[in-house]
Parts: sequence; C-alpha cells; structure tokens
Amino acid sequence: MATQHSRSAARLMMAPAVILLLGWMLVPLIMTLMFSFKKYLPLRGGDLGWIGFDNYVRFVTSSAFWPSVVATLAIVGGVLAITVVFGVLLALLLNQPMWGQGIVRILVIAPFFVMPTVSALVWKNMFMDPVNGLFAHLWKFFGAAPIEWLSQASLQSIVMIVSWQWLPFATLILLTAIQSLDSEQLEAAEMDGAPPLKRFSYIILPHLGRAITVVVLIQTIFLLAVFAEIFVTTGGAFGTRTLTYLIYQRVLESQNVGLGSAGGVYAIILANIVAIFLMRAVGKNLDA
Amino acid sequence: MARAVTQRRKIINTAVAWSIGLLIFFPILWTILTSFKTEAQAISDPPVFLAFDWTLENYSVVMERSNYMRFLWNSVIIAGGSTILGIIVAVPAAWSMAFVPSARTKDILLWMLSTKMLPAVGVLYPIYLIFIKLGILDTRTGLVIVLMLMNLPIIVWMLYTYFREIPGEILEAARMDGASLKEEILYVLTPMAVPGIASTLLLNFILAWNEAFWTLNLTAAKAAPLTAFIASYSSPEGLFYAKLSAASTMAIAPILVLGWFSQKQLVSGLTFGAVK
Amino acid sequence: MGQIKLNQVTKSFGDVEVIPPLDLTIEDGEFAVFVGPSGCGKSTLLRMIAGLEDLTSGSVEIDGTDATTTPPAKRGLAMVFQSYALYPHMSVRKNIAFPMRMAGVDQAEQDRRIKAAAEALNLTDYLDRRPGQLSGGQRQRVAIGRAIVREPSAFLFDEPLSNLDAALRVGMRLEICEMHDRLKTTMIYVTHDQVEAMTMADKIVVLQAGVIEQVGSPLELYHKPRNVFVAGFIGSPKMNLISGAEAEKHGARTIGIRPEHIDVTGDSGLWQGVVGVAEHLGSDTFFHIHNTGLAETITVRAPGEVSFDNGDVIHLSPRLDQLHRFDAQGLRIE
Repeated sequence: MATQHSRSAARLMMAPAVILLLGWMLVPLIMTLMFSFKKYLPLRGGDLGWIGFDNYVRFVTSSAFWPSVVATLAIVGGVLAITVVFGVLLALLLNQPMWGQGIVRILVIAPFFVMPTVSALVWKNMFMDPVNGLFAHLWKFFGAAPIEWLSQASLQSIVMIVSWQWLPFATLILLTAIQSLDSEQLEAAEMDGAPPLKRFSYIILPHLGRAITVVVLIQTIFLLAVFAEIFVTTGGAFGTRTLTYLIYQRVLESQNVGLGSAGGVYAIILANIVAIFLMRAVGKNLDA
Repeated sequence: MARAVTQRRKIINTAVAWSIGLLIFFPILWTILTSFKTEAQAISDPPVFLAFDWTLENYSVVMERSNYMRFLWNSVIIAGGSTILGIIVAVPAAWSMAFVPSARTKDILLWMLSTKMLPAVGVLYPIYLIFIKLGILDTRTGLVIVLMLMNLPIIVWMLYTYFREIPGEILEAARMDGASLKEEILYVLTPMAVPGIASTLLLNFILAWNEAFWTLNLTAAKAAPLTAFIASYSSPEGLFYAKLSAASTMAIAPILVLGWFSQKQLVSGLTFGAVK
Repeated sequence: MGQIKLNQVTKSFGDVEVIPPLDLTIEDGEFAVFVGPSGCGKSTLLRMIAGLEDLTSGSVEIDGTDATTTPPAKRGLAMVFQSYALYPHMSVRKNIAFPMRMAGVDQAEQDRRIKAAAEALNLTDYLDRRPGQLSGGQRQRVAIGRAIVREPSAFLFDEPLSNLDAALRVGMRLEICEMHDRLKTTMIYVTHDQVEAMTMADKIVVLQAGVIEQVGSPLELYHKPRNVFVAGFIGSPKMNLISGAEAEKHGARTIGIRPEHIDVTGDSGLWQGVVGVAEHLGSDTFFHIHNTGLAETITVRAPGEVSFDNGDVIHLSPRLDQLHRFDAQGLRIE
C-alpha cells in the first residue's frame, strides 16, 4: 500500500476534486467579502466605492434584522424540537415487531423525497387554504372558524411544513441508531430490574445521544438555509422573513449587493459555528 | 430480540404504526388522489376521498399547456449530469483517500465537508455575476456545474465510506497476484465498488433533482427544471388544485420510487458516515 | 529457486524505527517461520519482502538479484493473507485463475493447474461457488490454491490460520507442511503462535521489537535459547524463570527450567510448594505450584496419572542438567 509510487499517484487523483472545491469555496467567498465592504447597487450606479463596515452596521441595525433573527430561530428551533422528539418516538415505534414494517417505513420516509416546492405548494393550497383547504373543512366540520394559516399563524405553518419534510430524515437516522443497539444490553438491564421507562432513559437515550447530535447539527445547517418553502408560501411576508430570505431580498429583489453580501458574511459565520460542532462529531468517527 | 411477543402487543404496534405512517403519507396520497379529480371535485365541500369520477384529463392538460416535457428533460439533464460528473471527479479522489491515506486525509475530508456548509445565499450574487460573465445564466450547463460542486463533498464522502469497507488486503492480494494498477482497478476494485457507486449515484440524483435554491435563482425560461415549474403554480392564476396535483405527482413520482430504493444509503450518505 | 536475502533492512514510520538494521538469509526450499509477540515487526518484515511496504533503507535480494524497488507483482512471490483476501465477486475458479490471467497463462494450462490445485485442496466441488458461500477452512484453501497455481519462487503466509478454530488449525497446519514437503518451495510464514512455529518450521526467526532475537531450528531454540526472551517465548507451558538467591547458587542472574524437566516427588526434593490449580489434560497434568519462595508460580508438567489436590504440599526435583542459565544481560551462559 504505502509505497512511494502509489502515494504520488494518489495525490494526482485527488487533485481535480480538491481544486474544484477550493475554487467553488474561495472565489465566491472572496467576492462576497469584497462586495460587503462596498456600496454596490447594480441597477443604481453599480460599484460606488469602498465604505468600510457600513454595510455590516446597516444590516444589523435595519428594522428587518432582528425580526429575521427571531423568525430564523423560531423555524430552526421549532423544526428541531418537533423532528427530534417525534423522530425518537417514531423510531422506537418502528423498531417494535409488527406486520408490514417495511411498508410503514416507506410511508414515513416518503416526504423526504418530495421536492420542497411541491410540498410547500401542496400544503399551502390543499391543506392551509382558508376556503378550500382540508384544514378549513376540518375546522368547519367541528364548527370552528377556519384559520388563515399562512397569515395568522404563518411561522407555525412553515414550521409544520418543514417539519413534515425533515421528520423522515430524523426518524430514519434514529431508527438506524436504535437498531445498532445491542439487544443484550437491554436484556441485561431487564435482568437488573430496570422497568421500560428506566431502560429508555438510561440505555436507549444515551445510546441515541450521538445520533441525535448528528441529526440536530445536519438539520441546523439545512434549516438555516430554508428557502423554497418560504419563497412559495409567504414570500417572506407575515413575519416569515428569515435571515436567508432577508439576504436574498437584499441581493436580488432590492439589488443592494453590498448590504446583502454583509448579511451573507453573517450567515456564513453563523453556519460555520454550527459546522465546527458537526465536524467534531464526524471527525471523531473518522478515527474509529 | 429473540423472544416471543404477545399477539396483542403486535396488533397494537401494527395499528398504531400504520395509522401514523398513513397520516405522514397522507399529503402525498391526497395529492395523488386529487390529480385524478376534476377541478370541481378537487374543491368540493365536503371533500371527496375516493368516490369521485377518476379522470386523466389533468395530466394531459398539464402536459399540453406547460411544456412539461421540457421541464422534465431539464431536471433529468441537470440532476443526471451533475451527479455523473461529480462521480467522475470523486471516484479517483475517494479511492486515493481510502486506500492511500496520508496524515492529511482526514483534514481534507473534513474541509470538503465544510464547503458543503457554506450557506448558498451568502455567495448567491458572486455566482450570479460569474454566471453572467461566462454566459451560462439560465443554461443547463451552468446548473450542472453548480449542483455538481454543491454535491461533490457528499459524493466524495459516500464513496470514501464505501471504499473504506473494501479490505486493503484484497487489493494487496491483487498486486501480489501480478495485477498492474490498471488491472487492479479494472478487475478487482471496480466490481467490488459498483454497489457503492450505484447508491451514491442514486442518492445524489435525488438531492440534485429536489434542489430548490440554485435552480430557482439561476434559471428563467430556458433551463428551468421541475422545481421551478412547480413554483410557477404559486401565482394565483395557477390555482387549479387538480392540475397542480397532477403536475406535483409527475414531479415527485419518479423520485419517490428511486428514493425507496435508496433509503438504506440515505443514512450513511447524509450523516457522512457518522451514523451507521 | 527461491533464496531470499535481507541486507541491513530498516523500516521507520515517521520518527519511529520499527525495524533497526537487520540481516537475514532464507535458503531456497526452506520453511522459515517469523514468530514473536504482536507488534514485533514480523508482519512488516514479510510485507517488505512482498513489496507491499517500502524499505526505509537496505536491500532485498531474491535469487541473488536486487528486488528492493521491484513492484510486488514482478517479484514472483505468492502471498496468503490473514483475512484470505479472496475476491468476493469472483467464483472460486476465477479467484484461483486470477494470477494466471494476469500473467497471461493460456486457457488450457489454466484449467490444468486449477484442476490440480482443486484436487490437492479438496475444492473440486466448490469451484463455482462464491467465497461468501464457503466456510473459513474452505476459504483458506482457496487462498492457498490461488498462491499455488502461479508456481511462485516463494510463498509468504501472513498469520494464515489465526481466523480458524482450533481443530481446523491443526489440520491446516499439517496440510501446509505436506504441501511444503511436496513442492519443496521456499515458504515464509508469520505467526504469533509458537506452537505453529515449532511444528512447521525448518528455521524459526524469533523477533522482538524489530530485532531478531535468535534464528535456528525448532529444537535448537528449545534446547539452547540464546536469551531470556527466547527461553520464555518458546515452549508451552512456559519455561519457569527464577532469579534471586536460587539463581546465584548456579552462578547466574536468572535460571530457567522447563515444566517437563521438574519431577514431582511426594516426600522429598530440592524445592517444595503448595499445589494451586491442577490442569488435567489426560496425557499430562500441569500443576501450578505456589509458595515455593522461588517465583510467584512454578509450573510443573507431570504424567497424567500423577494426582495431587489443591492445597497439597509437594516436593519438586529439577533435573539440573536441563537447567538454563542467563547472565545480567539476559544472555545464555554456556
């Protein structure tokens, strides 16, 4: 294996992937950094020169900033809570003996494969529409007034849509983790006199700890970048403008590239903080 | 657990699991059902579940009016092209990291992973500018490149994980048996790696197919794939439930089928091997 | 032909030198066994001969020609791996044929050699199966078959029996020895099991921390261990090593006596102690004796019919002509 010849061949074979990714990472990143220090309005004069940290200050002091942070946290936090809690429960359930387990698994996983624009549209029109949506029918059936989901409970609605998409992911990973639990451990605990609830909290939950961490970290990365679901449903209105959406609007809708880029740098920093923790979890596994 | 479970317990498990499974699946089921209704039945009050006049009209209308085939074709080219291109770049890289690891292999892998975490919105405008400069905005070529780069870390990781499961001794045996590097890769490594490459292909095809940030922001009329086609229904004039459902069903059906095949690989692929 | 010569071979991984300069010659047709505790560098040495591992310095000669930089494929050696390393996607037949296919042997000759190897190894009925459908012992045979058909100048075995259960191991051991008698090809065999080394080798190379402690025939090693390490490593149960006053009586820092060279006597003897555990093998009985004042435990090998119980006080008479004496450096005193 470890001969000199194979080593240099290896380096050569790695080069295309490394160079491509390096370019993909560095070029846009440097451009974003550069724009973020400029007054740059493509439709209103173009590059209007360096302005130092003005964009960074303006981005965080704009009236839209804090609400966007709140919306982002609400969506990320809400979806994480729902998917992890229900994911654990579902994984436990699916791990039990039953008939047609394979089919149930398929049913549960299916939402993950639905493209985000489809799930957003289906939920928006066929379920949450205040006139023709299924929820409206359901509410009327029980004699309640239909809710205008996407304006009255906009954040909750988006959390619900996104949770529906990500619950399969959490369930599948947690199920895989549960199945890797040595059943002798549970039997030993049973012999030691631990009742089911104690077995769950002392053995199953700690065993799932790592998988839960991974689920939380990976989902956070993806949830911070949720876009299509908002784009299709509310377009950022009714308090659903997340950080990602705000940056998108600054850059493409109001064509203030400098300001949007400063926001982009904030987003990159935020994602990197999460990423560091994820890399630690993954890196540990590489050594094993 | 090798232990008899009481019949009652199993019945309860089955009932609960099936109910929850169907509940989760219901939006998809409802979409599929609605796609076979007339527009009037689709919004009838109270809603009809199965007792409606099944029709295929919506599908033919969607196909005729919206040039559905072009969107579909764009999706196939973009998802397929980016995945195949990614695999071509990733196989040699993953091979060398798995079989000739150096002290830096781990760092390179983690760095590749970190590029995946760069929020797309942070680099939206630079990519936009570069695309205009290169004249590839709203082209399939442009999207193939971006999605390839976006998924390259996952592809490298998945292949690396699979390759690492191939015992090094087998490749050494091939070398002892007189195989050259070329023969070693051709006769021993490739046949053993085919299942891993296939599942990598599958999962990344799905991810690229469903990608909805770059495909929405870097395409207009020409290169728009199905994600953008569906998004166009969000405008009020597109509010025909049955047709929306038909279009949605067509956009997700092929992927649902592929997805069910790839559910095993999904876990190791999306957690970068952190959960097995 | 298959003489293998190592000249001043060294191996370092980074700053760690795992094999300091080492010379060794294995003659044509010899069955050489590298034995030593795990991590002693014996596998690394074998892989360096195979060409799977670079030499840090020194040279490897095969049949008198320098092969230091020759790639493994060109050295004309065959190797049997610990994990067998069979190609899982090929049938047994294709596995065995693979090296011949690489060497461009014509089809008729391939078939002839496969047939011969399959018959010799009892694999005829399994030729069309995949490795996954075979038992451990059968896989082992396929790996050997794959090595035989290329008619190498030497066979390299890297702990080939360690994944087999005890009964199979003894059988395969015998088969490999018979194969060596039949083919008369050089074989280099790596193991951590001194029983395998003793039973199979013409020449044993005892390694510790990359250093050759002794080279010799099994009986040379048994009767004249060059130092304390070899004395303790070769032989089962282990030689009793005693230091202190009793050793000084014999003019040595350490003395050694094998369990089979101590006679158990009921009423009188040179040493005495209390019986701890007695292991009855039927043919022999091993007594572990405590409270002798010599060492923690003295192991004695007695005929199967000798019977003592836990707690009995017994007397021991070492055969003084079988005593091994070692100096302060641990080296043998003649």
